[in-house]
Amino acid sequence: MQIYLPIAEVSVNIFLLVGLGGIVGLLSGMFGVGGGFLITPLLMLIGVPPGVAVATGANQVVASSVSGVLAHMRRKGVDFRMGTVLLVGGLVGSAGGIWLFNLLTRLGQIDLVIQLSYVAMLGSIGILMMQESLRAMRRVRSNPTKVQRRQHSWVHGGPMKIKFRASGLYISIIPPLLVGFGVGVMSAIMGVGGGFVMVPAMIYLLGMPGKVVIGTSLFQICFVSAFTTYMHAVTNQSVDMVLAVVLILGGVIGAQIGSRLGAKLKAEQMRILLASLVLIVAVKLTLDLVLQPSELYSLSWGRS
Amino acid sequence: MNKVAALLAVIMALCALPLQAAEEVVAGLSQNRISITAQFNGSQILIYGAVKRNAPEPGGAPLKIIVTLEGPSLPVTVRRKVDTSGIWINRDRVDVDSAPTYYAVATSAPIGTIITHTEDLRRRITIPNAIRSVGAPSNVLDSSAFSDALIRLRTHEGLYRMSEGAVDIVEDTLFRANFELPANLVEGNYRVRILLYRDKALVDDEVETIFVRRVGLERWLANTAEQQSEFYGILSLLIAGVAGWAAAAIFRFIRT
Repeated sequence: MQIYLPIAEVSVNIFLLVGLGGIVGLLSGMFGVGGGFLITPLLMLIGVPPGVAVATGANQVVASSVSGVLAHMRRKGVDFRMGTVLLVGGLVGSAGGIWLFNLLTRLGQIDLVIQLSYVAMLGSIGILMMQESLRAMRRVRSNPTKVQRRQHSWVHGGPMKIKFRASGLYISIIPPLLVGFGVGVMSAIMGVGGGFVMVPAMIYLLGMPGKVVIGTSLFQICFVSAFTTYMHAVTNQSVDMVLAVVLILGGVIGAQIGSRLGAKLKAEQMRILLASLVLIVAVKLTLDLVLQPSELYSLSWGRS
Repeated sequence: MNKVAALLAVIMALCALPLQAAEEVVAGLSQNRISITAQFNGSQILIYGAVKRNAPEPGGAPLKIIVTLEGPSLPVTVRRKVDTSGIWINRDRVDVDSAPTYYAVATSAPIGTIITHTEDLRRRITIPNAIRSVGAPSNVLDSSAFSDALIRLRTHEGLYRMSEGAVDIVEDTLFRANFELPANLVEGNYRVRILLYRDKALVDDEVETIFVRRVGLERWLANTAEQQSEFYGILSLLIAGVAGWAAAAIFRFIRT
C-alpha cells in the first residue's frame, strides 16, 4: 500500500516505513541511541529528499526517546541531574556547532568534514568499545566472582563537585558538561542525536553504572532532537508529519520491545552488539568514500 | 481609386486569414485537474484531439504532431564526486537556473523529421533545450556533462521522457498520446503543448493547462507547514510526545 508524503512529495510503501521505524526504535530502546545515524541514510535511500529525511528523522527520534525514557524511568534508570547537565552542555554545543557548520559551508568543505568525521568517530568508538567489551568478557569468564572496581581518573577530580545520586557518582560538573557540549557540536554538524557517542562516553569517561546510562542518554536526546525538529520546522519547513507519524508508529513499538530486550541482555553482550553496529556503519561509510560510486552525479533542489 | 484599393486589400486579407489557419488543432484532456491525496500513486493523462480543416487537406508531406507536457520549473544543483587523493567527494557543482520538474515529449515520428534544429531551440521542445542555461563556474570545463547527468537522473526517476512515435495519428485527422505521471510530482500548473507540423513548418499549436494540487489532509499539512511553521513544529513535537507516552503506557498495561 502506497502513501503520499505531502512535504517530501514522494509516494512510498507504508509497510516499508513502519518497518524502518520499528528497526530504529528497537535500537533506540536497546542501546539508548537515537538512531538518527541510521534513519536519515535509510530514508534517503528510499527517495526522501535529504533535508526532509534529517528533519523528520529527528521528529521520530523524539517519539522513540520519550517512549524509551518512560520505560527506563519505571526501572529507575534515568539520572535526571546528570541528564540536565548533559543537556545544558548539549544546547550550548549545538549553538556552537551551527556556527561551525556555517563557517565550513562558506569554505565549501562541509561534505568532506561531515563524512570524514563520521568515519573517524564511528571507527574509533567502535574499535574501543569492541576491545573493551571483549576484554571484559574474557575477565568475567576467567574469574566470574571478581567485580571490577570503578577507577578514579582525572575525570573525577576537578572543581565544582556535584553528587549524582542515581549514578552513585560524586564528580566535578565539568566533564559531563564537556561531554554534552561535544555531542551538541556533533549533532548540529552531522545531524544526529549523538547517542552512539554519548553512551560510550558516559560509560568510559564518566564511569556511570550501566543501568542508568541508556535512560539518561535518551533523556538528553529527547530534548536535543525536539529542539532540532522545531528549528527545522520553522526555518526549512522540512518536517513531514505524515512520514513522521508512520515512522513513529513503528518506532514506539520497536522502542518498547528494544528496552525489554536490552534489560534481558548482559551489559557486555550489549556493548559488543552496539560496537558491531557502529563498526558496520563505519565500514559502510568508508567504502562509500573510497570505492568509485556507480553514479558520480547527484541532484539537489535549489541553490544551497 | 484609393478606396477600391483599400477594399481589395481588406478582402484579400480576409481571404488570407482562413488560409493561414487552414488546419487547426482541437484538443482535449482526459482530466485537467490532478488531486494529490494520501493514496496518490501517479496518474495517467490522455491527450487527444482532432485537426479541423476548412479546406481539403493540402498535399505534400503528411501531418506530424508533437505533444509536450511540462511541470513547473525550479532551480537545481548538480554535483559531481571527484577522486581526491583516494576519497570520492562532491567537489564540482553546477547550478542550473531552471529545469522542469517534469517534462515529457511525445511525437508522431522521429523528432529530426518533424522540426529543424532552430525550431527546437526556439520552442524548447527536446529535453536538453527545455533546461534553462547552465551557468557553469570557471573551474568546470565540461558543463554539458552536468546537464547530461541531470537528464539521465530525472529520466531514471520517470520525470523526463522522450517518446518518439508515441503520438498515434488516425487518417491524418485524429490523434492521441498517453502520458504517465509518476508519484513524485511537484504541485503546480502543468503546461500541455500540441504542435502541428507539416514539412518542418509549424501549422498550428495549442496550449492547455493541467492543475496538479494537493487536497484534503495533504493540502492542510503542506499549507500549515509553510504558513504557520511554529504551530506546525509544535504540533509535530506534540504528536511525537503523545505517541511515545501512549506506547509506553500501552506496553505497561499489556505486561501487567
